[in-house]
Amino acid sequence: MSDTGIGARVLRKEDKRFITGKGQYTDDINLKDQTYAYFVRSPHAHATIKAINTAKAKKMPGVVDIFTSKEVEEDKIGGLICGWMIHSKDGSGMKAGPHPILASGKVRFVGDQVAVVIAETREQAKAAAQAVAVSYGVLPHNVDAGQAMKTKAQVHDVASDNRVYNWSIGDEAATDAAFRSAAHVTKLDLINNRLIPNAMETRAAIGSYDTGSEHYTLYTTSQNPHVARLVISAFHGLAPEHKLRVIAPDVGGGFGSKIFIYGEEVTCVWASKRIGGRPVKWTADRSEAFLSDAHGRDHVSHAELAMDASGKIVGLKVHTIASMGAYLSTFSSCVPTYLYATLLSGQYDIPNIYAEVDAVYTNTAPVDAYRGAGRPEATYLLERIVETAARELKIDPAEFRRRNFITQFPHQTPVIFCYDAGDYGAALDKALELSDYRNFASRKAASAKNGKLRGVGFSAYIEACGIAPSAAVGSLGAGVGLWESAEVRVNAVGTVEVLTGSHSHGQGHETTFAQLVSERLGVDINNVAIVHGDTDKVQMGMGTYGSRSGAVGMTAISKALDKIEAKAKRVAAAVMEASTDDIDFKDGTFTVKGTDKKMAFGEVALASYVGHKFNSSEIEIGLKETSFHDPSNFVFPAGVHICEVEVDTETGLTKIASYTAVDDFGTIINPMIVEGQVQGGVAQGIGQALLEGAHYDRDSGQLLTGSYMDYNMPKAANMPHIENFKLGFTFTKCPSNPLGMKGCGEAGAIAAPPAVINAITNALGVRDIAMPATPLTVWNAMQPMKRAAE
Amino acid sequence: MENFNYHRPATVNAAAALLKKSKGGSYMAGGHTLLPTMKQGLASPSDIIDLTAIKGFSGITIGKSAVVVKGGTTHMEVATSAAVKKAIPALAELAGKIGGVHVRHKGTIGGSIANSDPAADYPSACLGLGATIVTNKRKIPADAFFTGMFQTALKDGEIITEVSFPIPKKSSHMKFPNPASRYALVGVFVSQDAGGKVRVAVTGAGPKVFRVPDMEAALSKSFAVSALAGISAKAKGLNADMHATAEYRAHLIGVLARRAVEAAK
Ligand SMILES: Cc1cc2nc3c(=O)[nH]c(=O)nc-3n(C[C@H](O)[C@H](O)[C@H](O)COP(=O)(O)OP(=O)(O)OC[C@H]3O[C@@H](n4cnc5c(N)ncnc54)[C@H](O)[C@@H]3O)c2cc1C
Repeated sequence: MSDTGIGARVLRKEDKRFITGKGQYTDDINLKDQTYAYFVRSPHAHATIKAINTAKAKKMPGVVDIFTSKEVEEDKIGGLICGWMIHSKDGSGMKAGPHPILASGKVRFVGDQVAVVIAETREQAKAAAQAVAVSYGVLPHNVDAGQAMKTKAQVHDVASDNRVYNWSIGDEAATDAAFRSAAHVTKLDLINNRLIPNAMETRAAIGSYDTGSEHYTLYTTSQNPHVARLVISAFHGLAPEHKLRVIAPDVGGGFGSKIFIYGEEVTCVWASKRIGGRPVKWTADRSEAFLSDAHGRDHVSHAELAMDASGKIVGLKVHTIASMGAYLSTFSSCVPTYLYATLLSGQYDIPNIYAEVDAVYTNTAPVDAYRGAGRPEATYLLERIVETAARELKIDPAEFRRRNFITQFPHQTPVIFCYDAGDYGAALDKALELSDYRNFASRKAASAKNGKLRGVGFSAYIEACGIAPSAAVGSLGAGVGLWESAEVRVNAVGTVEVLTGSHSHGQGHETTFAQLVSERLGVDINNVAIVHGDTDKVQMGMGTYGSRSGAVGMTAISKALDKIEAKAKRVAAAVMEASTDDIDFKDGTFTVKGTDKKMAFGEVALASYVGHKFNSSEIEIGLKETSFHDPSNFVFPAGVHICEVEVDTETGLTKIASYTAVDDFGTIINPMIVEGQVQGGVAQGIGQALLEGAHYDRDSGQLLTGSYMDYNMPKAANMPHIENFKLGFTFTKCPSNPLGMKGCGEAGAIAAPPAVINAITNALGVRDIAMPATPLTVWNAMQPMKRAAE
Repeated sequence: MENFNYHRPATVNAAAALLKKSKGGSYMAGGHTLLPTMKQGLASPSDIIDLTAIKGFSGITIGKSAVVVKGGTTHMEVATSAAVKKAIPALAELAGKIGGVHVRHKGTIGGSIANSDPAADYPSACLGLGATIVTNKRKIPADAFFTGMFQTALKDGEIITEVSFPIPKKSSHMKFPNPASRYALVGVFVSQDAGGKVRVAVTGAGPKVFRVPDMEAALSKSFAVSALAGISAKAKGLNADMHATAEYRAHLIGVLARRAVEAAK
């Protein structure tokens, strides 16, 4: 290992500009003659738009123009799409209601955008937006997923019972048969609470139309600018791809919420032409972010787990109602289906699984992928019911899991996936050791002395990430393939530029990708530049989500590097007058076998461009290679997390006493960055379990958690003390990519919620407790126990 | 946020005159309540009269029987004052629990008290210690100062120049923060004066800060946790929201009162 190669704890190259305020985020960019957009948003959860009067607002100072659905329709700008077709059990396609970029005829949630005001300053646009008079006809609304199929509030005409689809996976008859012969069945009703992503940078966009070249440019806070360009070209019909450049510069966090194409960014780029080519800038304020970013989770589920007499799991049955919100966001339909139910086997050998999912419309913000996307919901359900089953059977939860672990690989689950490699027992052993599980009872006794209830909870998670094989996702309904591209350009002086279709919005790609190049070519990482986020620079790409940038994106780079090495060897051979077969390449130096002839990588790069020293009709000039990588399988990181909590019996306040995370991510490029991903993910998972929850008022349909006064983000003080936050790693190589990498970006957020809730229910001795387990919720749960004790 | 005229007077009288002259002006101290409300469009004063340049408007003096905190003193100054820590440790501790570091460096005692936010911390110290609020016009006992939710006895244009806290024999402050905002979900301030009389003031739980006579009576007889046995706050009339029901708040008052008595020094 070189000190900047694979496995090195290299400090992040990008951090200097971020921590010195030199990052270039969309809102930092200001174009000449720029105008500002402000959106008029619906104050109602559900209403018809009877009339919009903009006359008064148009006369306000600084107003350039105001647009509504009328102008959108005039220009035939298409609506937002959902790019993954899901079919119901009965074979019918999902029921996608219209999703115009500005609401047409009806608003469907509080925050739905109704009109856009464009003015000389942001303040003027905002003031005029308040003067736009919209008259609404208020309709009955429903914000509750569990009620969606029973309510009178019909969100879209196409879905009479608000049902987008009724989808199933697995063999129902075989699963029912397994239940009939089971010795024990555990049943659990669970809610997976709705979350608001809260990226540090709110969404922003600048749309700009060049009247001379008839070329559009869109700066936007996107995790996948090429997909944005494709969708805006192909579906919104704004401009063909060669006339539209999408730039996602520095992006301050996304957690999934910036994968999707939103009405606001399409509006900005469209409106720029409408106003004669002046750029249109929009930056969401935090209140808008709460209302209009795609939310996550929001499942209502019933699960049943069947065991035989020996405590071996024989079947799992699940029914889930998943809220989609008011519209189908870009990838929303695949989240509670192929990213969810396919993971219901977890780490266990479960011969029979059947799951049914009803996706429903509600009068709430659209729900889509959020850190983990479907997999946290699956893990929560499975790890909660597995723990509950172990308690019912009076088997130690660690032992119960071990008894049911998959131990042979490859393993075909009954729900599509074929797990390629793993050693779940090893992770459990390590987690038990690191958490000192053996001595839990003495810690519990010590806590009791201080009037605290201590509990321990497990979570053995698996996730399928590195979201890819194009053929596989295509066969399941995806509208796009999920490969990745890379281009490696070696400059004449031997420095390297890597153009990648992945997009970094906090993950540290500029460092880890450079480490790979450093390892392979022997160049200093400071001589490697990673270029991403601009459709004029990178030809095509699929972006970053689903922990795919390592396993898929870096593999594309690795394959391009293979080609670079092969080409460079031919050049080196020609220059050193040897046969290509006799060229060895190691640590940045080309040598000729059996001789002392050698050339440094930089010399070969220079020779490639000088072109004098080889026959340019045999070897092309230059050193630049491209690769599109489409993997053969998903990757399957897995691990065991153990959480210990202490509950203050008087106040209901829960503290994370200790947290242990043991993960198998395959090959790790930069352990420091990976540890940060685990810690951050666990923080988000603790957030879901203890603190966060989007709360819509049933009666008014208003978002009650619309600011940090009420929406509780995880803070440092909510985390376990760093000494009690233990990380460990186990290793099985991923067989489906040459680097042996899995993914680490979502693991913590997937694993943590059930670990925490299992610990709290263990502490309190209750079957379930709702997330977030706030002091109020925990205190309420303790009241029946107190009454019983009195 | 709407445009406004900005003033920075050097004396209390000049500030009062500016406010009188304005169409709908507002004083500003730390701005940590006023500015957020202006940004949300909930307030749009014609004039902002910044009090922070007034000479002698901030500072702490410790007298024989009272700690006097000037109206413009920041929470940070109170929290870190060695003299306050010695005279009324609970007061310094309370100030140290307000908001985060940035808030403590800007927010002032005058602004906090004038605002009478039901979830603010200082009102519990005022009521719990029997403080006197001194304005440019008069002296108002804390018991008469907090008249309702975001309402005080202050008349238009009146400026809080000082808050005088009697030094107790013992006192203590317990705060159970709202998990999200970190304001007080419930806060309890307990003090015992030299003559043994006890005050128990509660913030966060009701529409305004209030005292708990049952607890005060019991603790005045015997200043011990055991004295509180069997006394519970009533849920009726307490605040209820997604973070806490009225019953839970009532329960927390009992818990925090016990803890405060135990920790009093
Ligand atoms: C993020 C955040 C967290 C917070 N957390 C807490 C908390 O945990 N606990 C808590 O108690 N508070 C909290 N606060 C409120 C904070 O303490 C404020 O500073 C305080 O409430 C107001 O003080 P100010 O000096 O900023 O007043 P300003 O915002 O300047 O003024 C508030 C009001 O008081 C008036 N006013 C100001 N000074 C005087 C005066 N001397 N005489 C008469 N009227 C005056 C103003 O005209 C205005 O109407 C928090 C605030 C923020 C922003």
